[in-house]
Amino acid sequence: MAECHPVGFQWVMEAKARGATLIHIDPRLTRTGALADLHVPIRAGTDIALLGGLINYVLSNGLEFREYVVNYTNAATIINEEFKDTEDLDGLFSGWRDDTSSYSSDSWQYEGVRVASAAGKRQQGAKQAREAVEQRAYQRHATERGHEHGSHGAALEDLHKLRRDETLEHPRCVFQLLKRHYRRYTPEMVARICGIPEALFGQLARAVTENSNRNRTTAWAYAVGWTQHTVGVQYIRAASVLQLLLGNIGRPGGGILALRGHASIQGSTDIPTLYNLLPGYLPMPHPDSHGSLDEYVADDSAETGYWGNMRAYAVSLLKAYWGDAATADNDFCFDYLPRITGDHSTYQTVQAQLDGTCKGYFLNGQNPAVGSANARAQRLGMANLDWLVVRDFALIESATWWKDGPEIESGELRTEEIATEVFFLPAAAHTEKDGSFTNTQRMLQWHQKAVEPPGDARSDLWFWYHLGRRIRAKLAGSTNERDRPILDLNWHYSTSGPNSEPSAEEVLQEINGRRGDGSCLSTYEELTDDGSTACGCWIYCGSYAGGVNQTARRKPHTEQNWVAHEWGWAWPANRRLLYNRASADPQGRPWSERKAYVWWDAEKKKWTGHDVPDFQPTKPPDYRPPEGAKRQDALSGVDPFIMQADGKGWLYVPAGLSDGPLPTHYEPQESPVPNLLYGQQQNPARQLSRRRDVDPYQPSGDDRGSQVFPYVLTTYRLTEHHTAGGMSRWLPYLSELQPEMFCEVSPELAAAVGLDHLGWATIVTARSAIEARVLVTDRMVPVRVHDRIVHQVGLPYHWGRNGITTGDSANDLTHMSLDPDVHIQEVKALTCDIRPGRRPRGPDRRRLIAEYQQQAGLVAATGTAHRTTERHGEPA
Amino acid sequence: MGIRETFLPWPVFRQVRSMVAAGDRLARGAAARSSRTDQLKPRTMTADRVVGSVCPYCAVGCGQLVYVKGEQVVQIEGDPASPVSRGRLCPKGAATKQLVTNPLRETRVRYRRPHGTDWEDLDLDRALDMIADRVIATRAQTWADRDEQGRRLRRTMGIAALGGATLDNEENYLIKKLGTALGAVQIENQARI
Repeated sequence: MAECHPVGFQWVMEAKARGATLIHIDPRLTRTGALADLHVPIRAGTDIALLGGLINYVLSNGLEFREYVVNYTNAATIINEEFKDTEDLDGLFSGWRDDTSSYSSDSWQYEGVRVASAAGKRQQGAKQAREAVEQRAYQRHATERGHEHGSHGAALEDLHKLRRDETLEHPRCVFQLLKRHYRRYTPEMVARICGIPEALFGQLARAVTENSNRNRTTAWAYAVGWTQHTVGVQYIRAASVLQLLLGNIGRPGGGILALRGHASIQGSTDIPTLYNLLPGYLPMPHPDSHGSLDEYVADDSAETGYWGNMRAYAVSLLKAYWGDAATADNDFCFDYLPRITGDHSTYQTVQAQLDGTCKGYFLNGQNPAVGSANARAQRLGMANLDWLVVRDFALIESATWWKDGPEIESGELRTEEIATEVFFLPAAAHTEKDGSFTNTQRMLQWHQKAVEPPGDARSDLWFWYHLGRRIRAKLAGSTNERDRPILDLNWHYSTSGPNSEPSAEEVLQEINGRRGDGSCLSTYEELTDDGSTACGCWIYCGSYAGGVNQTARRKPHTEQNWVAHEWGWAWPANRRLLYNRASADPQGRPWSERKAYVWWDAEKKKWTGHDVPDFQPTKPPDYRPPEGAKRQDALSGVDPFIMQADGKGWLYVPAGLSDGPLPTHYEPQESPVPNLLYGQQQNPARQLSRRRDVDPYQPSGDDRGSQVFPYVLTTYRLTEHHTAGGMSRWLPYLSELQPEMFCEVSPELAAAVGLDHLGWATIVTARSAIEARVLVTDRMVPVRVHDRIVHQVGLPYHWGRNGITTGDSANDLTHMSLDPDVHIQEVKALTCDIRPGRRPRGPDRRRLIAEYQQQAGLVAATGTAHRTTERHGEPA
Repeated sequence: MGIRETFLPWPVFRQVRSMVAAGDRLARGAAARSSRTDQLKPRTMTADRVVGSVCPYCAVGCGQLVYVKGEQVVQIEGDPASPVSRGRLCPKGAATKQLVTNPLRETRVRYRRPHGTDWEDLDLDRALDMIADRVIATRAQTWADRDEQGRRLRRTMGIAALGGATLDNEENYLIKKLGTALGAVQIENQARI
């Protein structure tokens, strides 16, 4: 955090100055660790084993926050008796299917309750039809269903039939299942898997648990490297389980804080430029059961919890998109939405480019030739396009690969033979346009335009507005039915200035939402499903409340309370801390004076406090829902997790995840050691690319050939550079501060391999070989894992061949195996070899890779078994 | 030659004089000043206007103040009023002025024709027109109205977009809106990477 979010880190140091204990868990000692009370070195890729160890420590010592756990989580809920845990099946959960290499989650359900399959519900009369629907629903779930539940858990049917045992003693209640699932995650096992000595683990476990109670809270902060694993979602889930058990969610000073790395990366998820979502985490429709708006809403909407209002959110979005053309008679143009039929994420796109089916590509301020996993595959994909549009500040590597990329150097590609037409359009900077960023705490902040952009530079608002305007003009008069969504699109924004810049304020007003008379809405509670409101993103409703740009508020922090509600605007409803009902006890009183945040005011009969309560403002703590209650009225006055169908924090996830209801330690796709906990080596449901020719995998564990790539490789960022370098490698100040690509190795590894400090090293994987200057440092700590010492190699991933500081790209080494729930690549833990000297030039580079592949005995099947069936040639 | 042009401006003399007269023993006060020093003013004082902004690098969201003079950005500083950052910026944030005023920024459209060996010039208006034509043609060529079972798809898998996460919310909104109307579902972002 001190490296990549230095200014945010000032608050951590303030806390430390006031007595907080700061612990840094990282394979490397960084500036964070240098300032911490404790640095815990860990083998990259083993965090679930560590977090599971902490969960086991809590459960086996009775250290859970019992009142919080019983009332606010699903610990008491009883699970279906068909459920089998990884303890029963040696690393698999029940429901595994070899034919699809995926899980059916039927057996993971709450007893007595079903995950709603609304299409099935409507056809209850016809058993056969129901089975067909369930089969389709299952197939969808297995392929891409997991991530569709963007901001909410899966819907539940027959909630009143749910069985709970608040003594937490029932053998099938979630609490007991957790105990059993994690019982072998002992300090000794943590030491053998993660390389964290037992005494150090003990210090960590005591610090975390002693600081989590009525009076104190513990926060976990992670950089989004936690997501870059084949078990990335389960990393975050493991932290959630621990934090819920300790009562650290929804309370001040608690939480799991994602330190996101880009100015508006949160905004890019809320108003998604993501294939599977529409604004506000509404799912993209699917042809299976989304033939109409009714089916779409019924399939995804929950009967209970706030997601029960989904129809109002969806209709208001369709009204924002298609305006007057969207009417109740035509299903509000629901039919105009394109359908998804599986994973269409960026790593599928690159494979589609290689296959030749994706022909045109826009890059808006993104440099995949350096920043995406297996950057070579990215460049080869682009070389197979018809056309490419790059919008950026400078000629980044993704714009010039056809001329000077590594494949031109190696002779794999010849410039004259590449048919891709490339347009480079210069982009405007944030000082040259109006607009809002959403920071990592969901806060929108407006940046004002200061000057006009230079030359041909334009904002993306300008580019996409005028591109749309031209496409609409060219298609005007078309009678082709497929052009209706474009011609009917509500695409009217006023423009001004020398470049006809569209009004960002107007776009934000559309996102905020308007009533029929054009006035701005104030809260999402006002949204309706009859077409009388239009709203481009329901969770952002209120950002323009009262016709005022709330995101532009800049009242100094010295003139308001410490929550600072009048600086910017946070979704939802300007709440700064989500699920903050949990900061009060079940009766609505603060857990302690010290940790008071929001509470029930019995006299005024409403919730009050330092923040906007994340709860129905007048629902008393003793409210109990009548049978048959719907939406938020179905949740009791105790339930803080209002987006969940049962209002509880989910320690155990009965539906919505592709790889299991409980986080489980699996080794990364490529690991130097076998999985010591289970016969199952990797996440069985992990997603693999289809292209072994450009994306080969290496052997793992004790498999033959794994010793060819004996070291763990991890990638990261530096304070002085920014991601793929487009905003830093062209800047003299930053380039001087970090002038060259390097690798970090321990003195022990340097001695073993023969690397000299400041000399050159070549790092090799089955994908490519790159060179880097050597930084020998005891910040890299070799770890004792299993029966051996594991060395780790650290690589910053900022460099490429262009700009004023140049170097090889770490992502040329990485591969495209993905988390199955969100399709994020595993670039934080893989294996490599490292050797002294510079890499070979020209075609010799590919020859070296071929030699390594041969030496390791690589075949197309290497590393691709979903279920581990063999180990050392023996059945696992 | 007047007396002021003789020995009086000599640094050693100035240092001795200011040490005696002003107690500037380390010669870092009055001794280090000149008439030019006295005329210098910070760019933050001479700017025509100050514009509230937000750092474009990581997601902490530090407040920035952008100082403009003669329609040029002349300085960018941390905003002390911000409850997030209290005026601080990291090395990247502090380099923001260089990011936006960098002479290495490419400010003209560049075009590489199929099989071309070098960049060519292209008018921005013409470029936008050509891109619109290509979107329409590729969309028509790769359009899928229904799947093999006759169910609605209404999409093209021939066009994709990948955005950085320094895009504004308003920009993302228009990209998703236009992409959805075009039937391009492969609209993606750094947020997944």
